[in-house]
Amino acid sequence: MGKTFQKPEALSDMPTHYCPGCTHGVIHRLIAEVIDEMNIRGKMVGIAPVGCAVLAYNYFTFDFQEAAHGRAPAMATGIKRVRPDLMVFTYQGDGDLASIGMGEIVHAANRGEKFTTIFVNNAVYGMTGGQMAPTTMPNQRTTTSPMGRNVAEVGMPIKVAELLASLQTPAYITRQTVIKPKYIVKAKKAIRKAFEYQLAGKCYSFVEVVSTCPTNWGLTPLEAVNWAENTMLPYYELGDKKVPD
Amino acid sequence: MKKVLMKGNEAIGEAAIRAGCLNYFAYPITPQSEVAEYLSKRMPEVGGVFLQGESEVAVGYMIFGAAACGARVMTTSSSPGISLMSEAISYISGAECPAVFVNIMRGGPGLGGILPSQADYLQATKGGGHGDYRLLVMAPASVQEAVEMVMQAFPLAEKYRNPVMILGDGLIGQMMEPVAFPDQLRTEPSNKDAWATNGMDTRKSGKRNLVKSLYLDPTVLNNQNLKLKAKYDQMKREEIRFENYNIDVPYEALLVSYGTMSRVCKTAIDNLKTEGLEIGLVRPKTLFPFPEVAIREASRKPSCRVVLSIEMSMGQMLEDVERSVQGGKPVEWYGKCGGEVPTPEEVMDEIRLFLQRYGKE
Repeated sequence: MGKTFQKPEALSDMPTHYCPGCTHGVIHRLIAEVIDEMNIRGKMVGIAPVGCAVLAYNYFTFDFQEAAHGRAPAMATGIKRVRPDLMVFTYQGDGDLASIGMGEIVHAANRGEKFTTIFVNNAVYGMTGGQMAPTTMPNQRTTTSPMGRNVAEVGMPIKVAELLASLQTPAYITRQTVIKPKYIVKAKKAIRKAFEYQLAGKCYSFVEVVSTCPTNWGLTPLEAVNWAENTMLPYYELGDKKVPD
Repeated sequence: MKKVLMKGNEAIGEAAIRAGCLNYFAYPITPQSEVAEYLSKRMPEVGGVFLQGESEVAVGYMIFGAAACGARVMTTSSSPGISLMSEAISYISGAECPAVFVNIMRGGPGLGGILPSQADYLQATKGGGHGDYRLLVMAPASVQEAVEMVMQAFPLAEKYRNPVMILGDGLIGQMMEPVAFPDQLRTEPSNKDAWATNGMDTRKSGKRNLVKSLYLDPTVLNNQNLKLKAKYDQMKREEIRFENYNIDVPYEALLVSYGTMSRVCKTAIDNLKTEGLEIGLVRPKTLFPFPEVAIREASRKPSCRVVLSIEMSMGQMLEDVERSVQGGKPVEWYGKCGGEVPTPEEVMDEIRLFLQRYGKE
């Protein structure tokens, strides 16, 4: 009998630096599984963001570039324009993508660049120590919103998937989560679909993944999962926001 | 070689193609927008990539992404645009990727103006972006030389795996001159499989490549910076380029000037010669590495009483000239930085003034 469960080839043996209860590891694994299944490791180039996932390249076994804060979509654009045969994905957090890199993501999506973005939304700046992000929930306490996010002062959290879906350029835009097993299978399917659209040269593809940050939320991993489900999911609704014809 | 009359900016675009650079990303800014306009038409004709980015910030990283794949890439911009790209230039230097940046300078600081200037000298030669890095900086004085330097810049960028900057000014970009294009060069870096993220499938080694500039271990980062320093030291040994003008005669003053400004200086020197006054000139063609030894030696000529840094900036190169002369002779500055190019007559007046101050006329 063969093995029924093993580490994907696209994933390395590196021990994780992510905090207990963080979902980056799950998302990494899903990406690696899809890359293995599609047999595209040899032409894959990943782009790591600035933030907790800046070291993402340690966990994968294919070519990787490291971007500056928010600029991963511009780097991906450069790669895909000169090497359309390569498969490219940016892996970005919400501080990276929705704040400092909003310009790059909107324009890359609007140009219909043929790469994939995995957007990890945990409603907070993780690596810099839990400051408010554009995705922070109303009244959510962070180190820079100690009284809770005041939407009268700083606006409502940005729904990036919906924002990108409003662009007229064809794209695959979806929001998923990996906080509980029941969601994970769907998230993997979405990641696979995103890569398939890219492989076919069809369109830009974007998978937002609602995630947890127990450390900066000040919650246990279990509490974090429940907080994400009860607080984030009603606002960040799951599902496809845009599908190409 | 057949000569054609071309505008500097268009010639720079054509030179890139002739150098085998078929990947160009840019954002428009005066006085160099014609490069992008020219290449938006030419790149499709030669099967190349033209993309107008949404900002200079994004363009800097488009260049980074493409360069990291081992592609031959270029962007062009002007002063405020280069400031926005400086972040990417620091990252590209840190990650050791080859790329060519052309800066057709205009007056600053801030929006400044749109006319020629050399006020980005310090930004180009001493940093601009953060961290310990250097660019190899080449300064053309004519459209012909701009073409040649653009074509030399790609192999140099690839030799050192480092960004190279062509530092021209608005006059070089905007004027028309006859120009001949040298033969085409090879199209891609030859050593890229060792480092470029061009897809594991394309490499015999089967090893993955990683392009990054993050080194959290201080010892490792220090070693990386020592490695970069060794590279810049090698540039200092191997890449210094300059031109001497009228230094085989007993000149009374030595001018140091580059780019457009050096052409005015040559006219001033020729005019003064007819009046019986000998003036020498060292023209740096590379601003980093800087021709320190050539300037020092030229300054030591017994007849030379003063060294003048003549610039279209407020004494930015003066610091390097002083450093080169090492106190052997007095060093003075003359320049303008509003977008006006000083006339030969103005330069002649300044030379006379300084000669008077330092003992003659």
